[in-house]
Order: sequence, then C-alpha cells, then structure tokens
Amino acid sequence: MSGRVLVGVKRVIDYAVKIRVKPDNSGVVTDGVKHSMNPFCEIAVEEAVKLKEKKLIKEVVAVSCGPQQSQETIRTALAMGADRGIHVEVAGKDYETLGPLQVSKIMAALAKKEDAQLLILGKQAIDDDCNQTGQMTAALLDWPQGTFASEVSLDGDKVKVVREIDGGLETIKISTPAVLTADLRLNTPRYATLPNIMKAKKKKIANVKPADLGVDLTSRLEVLKVEEPPQREAGVKVETVEDLVGKLKETGRI
Amino acid sequence: EIQTVLMSTSARLFRSSPLTVRLRAALRPLCPHSTLTCTARLSPADVHSPFLACGSGQFVASTRKLHVEPKSSPDGAPERLPFSKVTEEDLAYFRKILAGRTITDPDLLESSNVDWLKTVKGSSEVLLRPQTTEEVSQILSYCNSRNLAVNPQGGNTGLVGGSVPVYDEIILSTSLMNNILTFDNISGILTCQAGCVLENLSLYLEERDYIMPLDLGAKGSCQIGGNVATNAGGLRLLRYGSLHGTVLGLEVVLADGRVLDCLATLRKDNTGYDLKQLFIGSEGTLGVITAVSILCPRKPKSTNVVFLGCETFEELLKTFQLCRGMLGEILSAFEFLDSECMRLLNTHLKLPNPITDCPFYIVIETSGSDQDHDSQKLDNFLEKAMASTLVTDGTVATEQSKIKDLWSMRERVTEALTHDGFTYKYDISLPVERIYQLVTDMRQHLGDRAKSVVGYGHVGDGNLHLNITSPAKDPALLAAIEPFVYEWTASCQGSISAEHGLGLKKRNYIYYSKPSQAVALMGNIKAMLDPKGILNPYKTLPDDLK
Repeated sequence: MSGRVLVGVKRVIDYAVKIRVKPDNSGVVTDGVKHSMNPFCEIAVEEAVKLKEKKLIKEVVAVSCGPQQSQETIRTALAMGADRGIHVEVAGKDYETLGPLQVSKIMAALAKKEDAQLLILGKQAIDDDCNQTGQMTAALLDWPQGTFASEVSLDGDKVKVVREIDGGLETIKISTPAVLTADLRLNTPRYATLPNIMKAKKKKIANVKPADLGVDLTSRLEVLKVEEPPQREAGVKVETVEDLVGKLKETGRI
Repeated sequence: EIQTVLMSTSARLFRSSPLTVRLRAALRPLCPHSTLTCTARLSPADVHSPFLACGSGQFVASTRKLHVEPKSSPDGAPERLPFSKVTEEDLAYFRKILAGRTITDPDLLESSNVDWLKTVKGSSEVLLRPQTTEEVSQILSYCNSRNLAVNPQGGNTGLVGGSVPVYDEIILSTSLMNNILTFDNISGILTCQAGCVLENLSLYLEERDYIMPLDLGAKGSCQIGGNVATNAGGLRLLRYGSLHGTVLGLEVVLADGRVLDCLATLRKDNTGYDLKQLFIGSEGTLGVITAVSILCPRKPKSTNVVFLGCETFEELLKTFQLCRGMLGEILSAFEFLDSECMRLLNTHLKLPNPITDCPFYIVIETSGSDQDHDSQKLDNFLEKAMASTLVTDGTVATEQSKIKDLWSMRERVTEALTHDGFTYKYDISLPVERIYQLVTDMRQHLGDRAKSVVGYGHVGDGNLHLNITSPAKDPALLAAIEPFVYEWTASCQGSISAEHGLGLKKRNYIYYSKPSQAVALMGNIKAMLDPKGILNPYKTLPDDLK
C-alpha cells in the first residue's frame, strides 16, 4: 500500500457570517465575505493527520478545487499537519457551476494518479449541504465507502468504520483503497500551532488544471433562483390568560 | 501613650511608605474587630497631609474617635437611612403613569433584587419600567417629593453590588428604553436610549460597517446606560479609549425630575463646563442616564486573533513591548490569563487548551483596514516572537468562528470562576510590571486557605482581575485577603477598582486610591445634585461622608 491519504478540503463562507442573497436572486453574496475551510473538511484533515501521527499512513495530501483563494484553505490544512497540497484551478463561470459531480470526477482522477490508499472527505459542505461528493467519487472509482464516519480504525488492509445512521451506529469493515466521509463526532480538529503555521509556508502546493486530469466540467444543473427563507414574524405578547385564549380563537387555532 | 503604641506594634511587612506604615500600626490596636478603613477619616492616599505626623493634636483627636466599635464590616450594608416606605397611594400613582409596567409580584422582582454574582440581595417590592425620558422624569420628581429611594438598574451585570437595592429602594429599570434614535454613517455617531443592550447595538452597527468602541464579556445583557454610568472599560479600551472620550453627549434625569439635555452629537464643543463627564462613572448616584450619543469606529476589514503561551511574566511583558513596536497601530487588544484560569476553563466549561500548557497565555487582537498588510505585520511579529523564544507556543485565527473560540478563552474565565465556588473579586490597576507580583504574593499569603487564586485581565491597560475562590463564603478567608490586597495596591499608588466601580462592596475603600479632600468634594457635588440622597443610596461614596 502507498500509505498516501488524499483529503479534500472546500473553501466555503465562514459559518459565523450572516449570509446575504444577491439582489438579482442569482446566488449568495461572496465578494468581500469571510471564507474558511468547511468544518467537516477540518475534521477530515484532523483524522488524516492523526493516522499519520499513529504511523499508520505515510503522507497526507490536501486537495482543493476552486479559484486562487482556495490555496489559503490548502495552507490551513498544511498548518494542521498535511504534507503537501494540490490546487485544482477552477475559476470564473466554471467555478460558479462547480458541483459534486465535477468534483468527484476530479477527486477520482487524482486518487488514481496519486495511488491513494484512502480518500477522506467531509460528509457535506455547509454551503450547499449536498452530501454527494464522497458517494459519487466512490462509485466512479468503484471503491468501497464508509460515510458518516464517527470512528475510523485501520486493520491491515481493511478499515473498520463506525457510521452514524438514523437508527443508531453501524459498524462496517471495508477493504482499501476506500472513500471515507467524516461526520461531526469523528474528532475535534486541532488549532494550527505557530511552529506548524510557519512550517506550512514552506510546504509545496502543486497547481493542476481539470483538463490535465481529463475532466469535463460542464454542469447538468442550472440554478434558477435563490431566495431568503420567509422572515420569521414577531410574536404577540398578551397580558392575561383570557387574552391568550381570545387570540388563539381569533386565529382559528382553537 | 500613642508613641508607645506606635513603637510596640509590629507593623506587617507592607511594601509601603514609612508614613503609612506608622499610620496603620497606630490605628490597628484601636479597631480590633474591623479592617482598617471603616472608620478612618485619614486616608492612606493622604501622603502629603500634615496630620500624619504622630503626636500632633489632630492625630490624637481622630484616634479618640476610633474607640467606637464599628457596627459592621466595611463592605457590608450600613443601616437603612430614613427614606419613606412605599404606600398604596404611591403604587396607585406609579400604576397610573406606567400602566402594566409597575411590577410588584415577588417572583418577578426576585431576579432584579439579586446581583449577577448572587452575592448581594435587596428587598425591593416595586420594579418600575419606564419607556420614555418623560416617564423617568415623572417617577423621579414624585420619588423626590415623597423621599423615596430609587435604585437605577440596567442589565444588572455589575460586579460590586451597585445595581441591586440594599433595602427597599424602588428599582427603576431601563430595560424597556431600548430604542436606537439616530445613526449617522458619515460621522459614525450613534444616539440611543439607555436601555439598549450592548450586543444589540454592536449587531446594528456591524450591519452598517461600524462597531461599538467598547466590548466586554457581559455584552449579551449589559445596557449602554449602565456601561456609561460605570465608565465600563472592557477589551477594546487599549485601542479606542475610555467612555470619557467616546461618549459625546448624554441625556440625564436629575434627582428632582429635571431633564438635563446634553445629548449633543458634536465631536468638538468647548462651550462651558463639560457636565456629561460628571455622570460618566457616577454609578447612578448623580442622575439617571436616559439617552447616550456615542462616537463609533469603523468596522475593521481585517481582524486577527493570536493566542500565545509564555513561560514567565517577564517574557509576557517583553512580548507586549515587541507587539507594541511591531503591530503598533493595528493592535486592538492585549489580554492575559494564567495557567490557573486555563485549568478552570478546562474543568468547568470543558473548553480545551488551544495550545500546549504554559504558565501564562496572551490573547492579542489586531484590527485594520487591509488583510494583506496586517497579515504581513502579524507574520513578522510572530516569527520574531518565536525566534527570540519569548513565546513558547501559539495559534492564529482569521476566521470569525475560530476568533470567537479563541476570545472565549479569555471572556469566559469569569463564568468558569462562578462554577469553582464563592468568588472574591478584585479589579486592580497597577503599574504594568507589578501586575502579577500581587497574584504571587496573594497565593503565598493565603496558602491553603483559598481553593483557587487566579489572575487575568487587561494587561495592556495595567488592569489585573485577581480572583480568589473558596467552597463557600468564608469570613476568615476574607479577613486574610482584605485589607492585604488594598494595602498592597495603595503601596504602588494603584487603583482598588480599575473598571468595576465601587458600588456597595467597595465604597469604603475609596480612601486607598483617592485623597480625603477629593472624596469630600465628591460629597459636595452629590449633595448639590441630590440633596435628599435618593439616587442609589449606600453606593459609591463612603459611609463616613454622611
């Protein structure tokens, strides 16, 4: 086994930022808005770095698809302990229509090219909530998948994955190479320490174009409209219980 | 006789001037059951006063007074002053002008009668909630004529017992006065009613690309009127200065109901005495603030937070100097906490340490208008700090969510302490290089008597928050802490209350930091503005002024 783990990291709008819809309803305002690494991707990076620290794998490669700024996200992964980065450059119109299908084609191509033992992704991104990239990539590669992982342990050439499912926890054993997607309780991502932040500046980030990987980025989806959810209306305060009963009757609730 | 007393009394080893040592040594045997200052009209701050020379007539006269044993400890409540008691007629009047906003239900009054630390409890039976300045004016005019005491109350987050009644004072809450009046987005001047919650003002301003000039851990509950009345400091003082500079105008209702409209929105106005400065920090004893106009800075485009670890306090101070030099104009906060604070955060709030365990931690915030410039400056500073081994570990945050997490390490120490037991809080201003010495000395002095002794605070402003916990209220522990902490502070000419104010708990310690002449003049001003003394009685000014 190559001992190489690929981790996909996505640059998304920071979860603490208040989202605004563009006036033309074509999407969300991203210009000048604070971006950061998708929280589930952080958990994926942390898991990969942990495996390396336990000496179960040899190298962690962070991958991100997007414009120039995606390199910052890769740097954060490097500061957390990834060894090198790959920036798949996608910009302009292509970036606007970039979705799980295109990304999984890219990930599949890279996983083969880098001879990866494991591909770890976050279970979903907090901007589109798709929860599709991991599953699609596994299908394209015809690899087993351990999704919604809350616990991962390597055992020779097999991986034991505890998955969070609706009914509780499901434990599966799959062979490598495999695709894993990280769920919330898999680990707590570390803060990047100063020495590592300094070291990360010297680590390499390779630049790759989707065409080099033979990937066609055309999207089969068209976004028609983006709008805000209906405003939550203010509640009405009443003075007495009689008023409350009266109001409930008025609005036809009782 | 006095001379012999002086010679035979062994003075404790204070770091203080010979004059003050003699003073304390002389007075100690004469009030055995209380701490020093409860009846002393002589102030340790009166270093240049003539009557400190022992054997003088004045000295003898004052010491004779001290034979009277004090009734209670200096931070306990004095006896109830002869204000009127609330009658049915009074309630009828309040209900007429504040229909539905005159609260007499004991359950609803409960939380307004107790302070945030749950250490002081009053027995007020009336809570009033005006919505307009006019209503506040009517209330005060009526109370003044009836000689009813009034306790103005904002967010009730004060830490010195100044925001809750001592006896049955009527609580005047500003909570319903929460309207923003105007905002000018060219000058950045905001005017609002006194009951606006600080965090709400921040959110309002952030949407318009501005921020409040002050920020504190209590932001979710504290109100701007209370902030101004207590001259709150907070985490941004290092960069934006104090409320004495950023408040441009106030509307205040005086004790007799007169409305003082000084709500100017001018940056510069040198026409006559600057009356608003009197009310800033007056803790509700000179008037009730009903509206504020404040100058707000632009929201920084680039914010970074750095969390560093240092081995010694000396290295922490050197890091501060390095920081000042290399980050200069973009530095907006420099806070510290010690390893004991970290232990409490880990234990009680389950917050993990972002870096490895160190004796001291620093939180540095930079705010500027250009992300690239600031990152460059910050990187240079961090490289220098690490290379010179002033700093042993650290982490940086640029994302909002991570910034919040790092700030929690500093902002939630107060909360963590409440879970550790009964907390004795001291908010001290000292020369920066001496700040941690007080914590070390206190630990040595208390030994096993205390559960935890922690130090944290606005080291950049020379402000230490010294906190001591014990499983339960412990008078013996208190006796060991006070007046040791106040004398230590006075010996460095520090302030015994840097930003928390005096309130109920510290009113009698004012003499440690202000000369008696100054305190007497404060009394004159109080008597002029509130002749009946109905506004927030028993607070801020010492009992011996009456």
